Amino acid sequence: MFQVLNEKGEVVNEDALPDLTDDELKELMERMVYTRIWDQRAISLNRQGRLGFYAPVAGQEASMLGSQFALDKEDWILPGYRDVPQIVWHGLPLYQAFLYSRGHFHGGQIPEDVKVLMPQIIIGAQIVQTAGVALGLKRKGKENVAITYTGDGGASQGDFYEGMNFAGAYNAPAIFVVQNNQFAISVPVEQQSAAKTIAQKAVAAGIRGVRVDGMDVLAVYAATKEARENAVNGHGPTLLENDCYRYGPHTMAGDDPTRYRTSDLDDEWEKKDPLVRFRKYLENKNLWSEDKENEVVEKAKEDVKAAIKKADDTPKQKVSDLIGIMYETLPVTLKEQLEEYREKESE
Amino acid sequence: MAQMTMIQAITDAMRTELKNDENVLVFGEDVGQNGGVFRATEGLQDEFGEERVFDTPLAESGISGLAIGLGLTGFRPVMEIQFFGFLFETMDGVAGQMARMRYRSGGHYHSPITIRSPFGGGVKTPELHADNLEGLMAQSPGLKVVIPSTPYDAKGLLIAAIRDNDPVVFLEHMKLYRSFREEVPEEEYTVEIGKADVKREGKDITIVTYGAMVHTSLKAADELAEEGIEAEVIDLRTVSPVDMKTVVESVKKTNRAIVVQEAQRQAGIAANVAADISEQAILHLEAPVLRVTAPDTVYPFAAAEDVWLPGTKDIIGKTKAVMHF
Repeated sequence: MFQVLNEKGEVVNEDALPDLTDDELKELMERMVYTRIWDQRAISLNRQGRLGFYAPVAGQEASMLGSQFALDKEDWILPGYRDVPQIVWHGLPLYQAFLYSRGHFHGGQIPEDVKVLMPQIIIGAQIVQTAGVALGLKRKGKENVAITYTGDGGASQGDFYEGMNFAGAYNAPAIFVVQNNQFAISVPVEQQSAAKTIAQKAVAAGIRGVRVDGMDVLAVYAATKEARENAVNGHGPTLLENDCYRYGPHTMAGDDPTRYRTSDLDDEWEKKDPLVRFRKYLENKNLWSEDKENEVVEKAKEDVKAAIKKADDTPKQKVSDLIGIMYETLPVTLKEQLEEYREKESE
Repeated sequence: MAQMTMIQAITDAMRTELKNDENVLVFGEDVGQNGGVFRATEGLQDEFGEERVFDTPLAESGISGLAIGLGLTGFRPVMEIQFFGFLFETMDGVAGQMARMRYRSGGHYHSPITIRSPFGGGVKTPELHADNLEGLMAQSPGLKVVIPSTPYDAKGLLIAAIRDNDPVVFLEHMKLYRSFREEVPEEEYTVEIGKADVKREGKDITIVTYGAMVHTSLKAADELAEEGIEAEVIDLRTVSPVDMKTVVESVKKTNRAIVVQEAQRQAGIAANVAADISEQAILHLEAPVLRVTAPDTVYPFAAAEDVWLPGTKDIIGKTKAVMHF
């Protein structure tokens, strides 16, 4: 397994240490702390009924943010349903992420210069689409990649194999990230496959596969950066398996992890917390302090409050809005229904 | 003008659009050097190169994923599903993904994709080649479903489909590929999607149909005319959305109607058309709207096609039942 920092925050692989400036290192830590807070707030807002669908991310900050940090602004992200942090750090405003959670179409209206898709609910669909985006970037002569994420359960889908295989066959600049958080809802990864790792599934597509310590932000960053360079230099796609853990439930829709996980297992993974080890690493370099961390926590809380307010202020959806976004030119049948609903809405 | 079969008209439409728009890409299983299993893409790779017309690995879901991704990066994909019975492999890509792209992004993204696929009975294909699955597509919001019955319509509708900025499922009936030739203009032209065509005028009954059943219905109409019944035959050309304006105008004139489809009774789109006629023209009807369809079994073993597929006799029988109601 590829690792740069151990659980104590010590560098165990000097050669692989990524070339990041002090400011960049601090920025990475800020984003991880910020995201941990936003996750806590999102869980609580969900419990208050102020957010809808939400898939917790605590524990996966290194995997999510370390990989996104290795991207260029013009790279495309095709996220799964849990991968909201990556698209927010790529440019989707937080209040739109909250609208997505509530189920409002404005959440999917990605700003013009932000190259991300909406979170994908059909597990695996993002993988085949990534092969297409990557081929498109290659054919347009862009020096960019398409990156996509799925979980350990997702690696059992047909689309997972097809997407990797297509990208391999076309030598397309794609990065496939499997965030192996050990469980697909209640099913442990051992029940998904007899394969010892998910990274080795790359062999079936004839592409590179790397197993990464997904709780180590520097390892994730370095592995993604390398995969990106390979892809834009015409050396094809890479499968990255980031071994990580989600501390919370699968989603906030009634999942109870105590039914299928032991507290021993939770404890074991809490020792590997990506924030703990990176904090130690930065403190040893005098780049991080408690004051700095508190500052980030406060900023995150304020931003979440402002974003929820902005989501609250977004006009409610009307059926006529939904009809209006179906086609470029409405078929006659929908034109009739549009008139019908406009009349209802004006009553 | 040139005499073309439907398959030649289809190739001609793709050639026209490959020439017109550098973002048009044609891809699928064996569509490249081989020119397609029915020669629909014959010569296109030689003319436009492997970057524009290319083969894919054998995986339908991968093909529609590829189309969606290429669509997002500015291309205009024309993808082929070798036989429409293989739709099930990529039902998510078509109905679950590209059909919903514009909506789920609030109009920010769209899928300017044309799916070409052969289907239809009467040529003794093996299992799951000929099934009429247009009903599944017609039930999926976000798609348009086009089924031409003539070379002229095929070219004009395919050019329109490729230019459409939303996904269009373009179904090509295998029996019609080379069954007859027709004058087709060599220059570009479009036939509007969502517009039916009156293929035969009549005053006594309206026969609403599409695909190969257009020709079966026209044949039945000729036989009916010998008995003094003048049937008006409407070729829907687009089965989603259906051009009910043309249908209702006809029914208001004839006061009687049947709907003819090759699909099973529980499938296809005949039930939609019958329901719409009853909603929009019930006071003009002298008799109920009857349907001519295949029986509700799995598509027949090849040697049983003759007894299973709807034929002129079925159409004549239902027409008389309506006339003498």
